[in-house]
Amino acid sequence: MIVRFFHQMGSPRYFYGVAGKLIPWFMVSFLITLVVGLYYGLFVAPPDYQQGESYRIMYIHVPAAWMSMFIYVVMAVSGLISLVWRIKMTEVIVISSATVGASFTFLALATGSLWGKPMWGTWWVWDARLTSELLLLFLYLGIIALHSAIEDKRVAARAVSILALVGVVNIPIIHYSVEWWNTLHQPASITKFGKPSMDMSMLIPLLTMAISFKLYYGAVVLMRARAEIVERERNSRWVQDLVEQEAK
Amino acid sequence: MNPIRKKRLTLIGLMVAGIGVATWLALNAFDENLMFFFSPSEIAEGKAPAGHPFRVGGLVATDSVKRKSDGLTTSFTVTDNAETVTVEYTGILPDLFREGQGIVAMGQLNQSGVFVASEVLAKHDENYMPPEVADSLKTAHDQAVGANQKVSVQ
Repeated sequence: MIVRFFHQMGSPRYFYGVAGKLIPWFMVSFLITLVVGLYYGLFVAPPDYQQGESYRIMYIHVPAAWMSMFIYVVMAVSGLISLVWRIKMTEVIVISSATVGASFTFLALATGSLWGKPMWGTWWVWDARLTSELLLLFLYLGIIALHSAIEDKRVAARAVSILALVGVVNIPIIHYSVEWWNTLHQPASITKFGKPSMDMSMLIPLLTMAISFKLYYGAVVLMRARAEIVERERNSRWVQDLVEQEAK
Repeated sequence: MNPIRKKRLTLIGLMVAGIGVATWLALNAFDENLMFFFSPSEIAEGKAPAGHPFRVGGLVATDSVKRKSDGLTTSFTVTDNAETVTVEYTGILPDLFREGQGIVAMGQLNQSGVFVASEVLAKHDENYMPPEVADSLKTAHDQAVGANQKVSVQ
């Protein structure tokens, strides 16, 4: 049953249809969690004992930083599948994720910088965490540039998949940078094991925002994938039928 | 799995592992340079570079912050609960600067072993809590310390 579902999702035509039905659900649940998360984060959660109100930027910064790494891992895994099994749909996922991943990385860097000025006393320092996250942004931009530099979509997808896999070594570096080296950036408040060093009243809105950003990524990657499919398959029968239907 | 795919998978596995090892070796070689700051203990051990500027990081020791008569120069002690370094800084300190707070200062050691800072940054820790929780934690801590002191007096 599940195997059959994945097998069908590997067909661009089938994926196009399913994605079209899923997007509104992702969008609606994204908007609901966004409103709830922002309301609880910005108005209900108490101020921090040291940072006062300024800590609230973390409701954007932390989920954006998580997404920047999550999306990269999705790209690397899809890249691996594309290279080994030559599945068209995973190729589409790799490139459809790049722009949204780059946006989240930029958002994490920009919000971090805005917080850093009043809290640390500087916009930017070259510590291990900040530098490796900046490198991640360059990786995303490199992937986007490489993809658009190659005319043949399938060749481009293969090149991009290799680059994505090369860059995946940076992900554990970003994650562990605050433990391996002395950094100005604080260590993680929320870890897989152990109690989070954040009060519950602040943690719940943060996790809501994290879910919200994931749903946003889901909606955007499906939209971009659909556009990519139509472009790739523009000469196929079913796409031309689709265009004729739309024209009517 | 068919042999072509298996071959591709092995190649990619080797590539990623190779890059991983290369990066690990490179990072190991540059370990010292990747440290954003030195702790007072590392300075005491002589690990910090002499003769050119570096960063020192640690907690501002309680009751160590003193303002000089010019109103702008502050002197304080940075500690890692083992060793201490005296820091002197002329300029505006960041919002989070206070006793017991982590800081990172950029500067150089002078002849008398005082660290003359050109920049002081506050280092925030990973704890987030509302002021009431912080207060009750502090009260609980003070009470515990008080109780211990009473016991030791007896």
